[in-house]
Amino acid sequence: MSAGPHHRLLPDGHRLHLGHGPIDLIIQADGPADAVAMAYRHAVARFDGLLEELVSELALLRQPVRGSECPVHGPIARRMWQAASRFQPAFVTPMASVAGAVAEAVLAALVQVPGLERASVNNGGDIALYLAPGARAWRLGVVVDPHDPASPGALQIEADDPARGVATSGAKGRSHSLGIADSVTVIAADAPTADVAATLLANAVDLPDHPAIEREPAEALSPDSDLGNCPVTVHVGALNDDAVATALNAGESAAEAMLAADRILGAVLVLRGMVRLVGAVPLMKPSENTNGKLLHV
Amino acid sequence: MTDETATTMPPATPRPRREKPAKIRCDACPVLCYIAEGRAGACDRYANVEGVLTRVDPLVILDRTVQSGGELVSFLDKEREWEGDIVQPPARFVTAVGAGTTYPDYKPAPFIVSSQMDGVDMVTVVTEGIFSYCGVKLKIDTDRHLGNETATVRYRGEPVGHVTTGEYGSQMMSLGGVHHLTGGSKKEGRATCDALLNLCNRQPVELTIDDGVSIVVEAGKAPVIDGQREERMRVGCGSAAIGMFAQQWFRHVDEVVVVDDHITGVLSEHQAGKLLDVPPTGIKIKGHKSTPGRYFRVAEPGQGWGGTNIEDPLTIIDRFDTKVAWPGLKMLMVSTTGDHSAYFVLDDDLNPVPTEMPEAVRDSVLRVQENCEPALCSVVFIGGAGGSLRAGVTENPVKLTRSVRDMLTYVTSGGAAVYIWPGGGITYMVDVTQMPENSFGYVPTPALVAPIEFTMRLGDYEALGGHMASIRPLEELGGLGHRTTREAEQGHWPVLPHHFSWNRKT
Repeated sequence: MSAGPHHRLLPDGHRLHLGHGPIDLIIQADGPADAVAMAYRHAVARFDGLLEELVSELALLRQPVRGSECPVHGPIARRMWQAASRFQPAFVTPMASVAGAVAEAVLAALVQVPGLERASVNNGGDIALYLAPGARAWRLGVVVDPHDPASPGALQIEADDPARGVATSGAKGRSHSLGIADSVTVIAADAPTADVAATLLANAVDLPDHPAIEREPAEALSPDSDLGNCPVTVHVGALNDDAVATALNAGESAAEAMLAADRILGAVLVLRGMVRLVGAVPLMKPSENTNGKLLHV
Repeated sequence: MTDETATTMPPATPRPRREKPAKIRCDACPVLCYIAEGRAGACDRYANVEGVLTRVDPLVILDRTVQSGGELVSFLDKEREWEGDIVQPPARFVTAVGAGTTYPDYKPAPFIVSSQMDGVDMVTVVTEGIFSYCGVKLKIDTDRHLGNETATVRYRGEPVGHVTTGEYGSQMMSLGGVHHLTGGSKKEGRATCDALLNLCNRQPVELTIDDGVSIVVEAGKAPVIDGQREERMRVGCGSAAIGMFAQQWFRHVDEVVVVDDHITGVLSEHQAGKLLDVPPTGIKIKGHKSTPGRYFRVAEPGQGWGGTNIEDPLTIIDRFDTKVAWPGLKMLMVSTTGDHSAYFVLDDDLNPVPTEMPEAVRDSVLRVQENCEPALCSVVFIGGAGGSLRAGVTENPVKLTRSVRDMLTYVTSGGAAVYIWPGGGITYMVDVTQMPENSFGYVPTPALVAPIEFTMRLGDYEALGGHMASIRPLEELGGLGHRTTREAEQGHWPVLPHHFSWNRKT
């Protein structure tokens, strides 16, 4: 009954969509047409069997990282484990970086093709970027309010920036979160690292024991969650401005610690329309129609 | 970030907590998630709705294409890679593929979409129906004997249907239906559901027929019978073949026998031969003579010549009348597809002797082959849009049935035209090859999930008690996943006036 991977060009005739089970990749390569076509072939070939490769070690990948010995063997699995292990002693499993690591692996297949100007692999908000020297910058929209996806600004990543990974996590995202952040966007040198950091920072934006926050054991929601019986956020009720600030403060200190340890380049933390920026965040000037009330940078 | 804004169906409504929440295992992809009740799996496409695995993935928007698009390319299909879209301006129709459903459908169908057609406000109610009452009708183009009428058809050893009538150049089979899906053992139900799902999603399915053949059926492809691919559909019955080719034969041979399990034709006795003044040859054929030159049951059904069980065609000839036949008489024997043929010359004792076929005769056999259409398997899904599904469309379900009857509401399945049976209910049939690929899903009850759309004027929708508050304009559904169909014919486009009675001149 299991359906295999599929690929197609999106209606714009340019971007490529790869999908298999929970993985959806939106891929864009820019450059000469034949190089782009070849790059897409590489991506499709790399994607074939990728999910199976991960699933074969899924049980181990759902275990928290401990120590320095990587127990998994697949190239993506190892990358996941390594990215997660940089954040020890935090409680984190390699699954925290799965989206970023998959994006990175497919990007690596794409950019084997010479002549590309730039390329991106967007795995549900966890994005791996490639920029040839002198390439046009990537601009990535940052969504502060999930109900207003056009808001408010864009990250601009230049060819000479060290950033090649951007990831977003939050309580309203697809994965369970231990925290209450609407979203945390992290810019890092690579996508798997950005992915883990975004997950951990979204967890850190939190108000422990706050009565407005409903939590349930992860297992009760997803029986095979890597979070086991950790209480994950299912609903956040009304919060006053002080509570929002307190939660963001907690996330901000965690982000600053990651920045000081050179794990991330920058982060955007969002809760209830309040935004905190940490580190070097190349956020373009918000567009004029941004509701000033929403954005308290 | 930006690409994640694609709208997904609202997650299944959480149920009141029970003491022991049931979890189910999803086998839609290799991850094999366990999904708790009221939750979705890792992909957000499959959810556990009261213990039932349910697809909840983004709507599929069917782009109206003039040329064949076939945009969802099968994986690593090199030939069709990077064709991209050939999409006309945004005349979009929302299909129910992936709409997700609420089962039972006690609340409005997932999407009720309004769009305009020639200035008339139209509404399309999009839902995926869960069909416990459903099956497929198979038409297998072949002359071969697949099995006796009413013989049981099995999938993985389980009974899933039966052989039904023989039709023109083809054998019909009926699979599924409520008795196999839910009336038999659990295993039988599952096997039936699997077989139907794979057939409807255009996968090859191997079926075995009791006291008959093993056959691989794939929609739009040639049947493979006992390992042998059926190339051609018969040009006609044996008698028809005589009529069609008599002109080409009578100058080169004295006699032609077209061997056919149904109606074997004999040129010299056939009306067509008489008209061409073909002299009698004294041939005596076994079997029941029907009208002149037409014989029934010359042999038993089988895998040999013309759907009979014979390998040596001479076995159907009793003898040649010594008073009529003559030494040197030239005879062609050929099957209804031209797949089998042999040429004989009578010796001095009037025994047919196999002889090399002259070129002109060989050409005539090739002509028979050329005139045969490719043999195909046709898979037609049949399902009944029963009570609860209709409730998702209107508060007064019977009004929907009447509205369909009155041709105020046009029914499509995955955007494809359907045939609706006369009589009660909305029992429809649809050719699965006209639908987007992989339009079908299943739930473990077991039952099939199939897309179904009801399109009607806004006023007509209101009149039948539609869920007016749930209507969303088409533009609002932008950013959804979309897919084009192979279906290119303009006439099939669901939102066209000629589908509706209000546009007909009285």
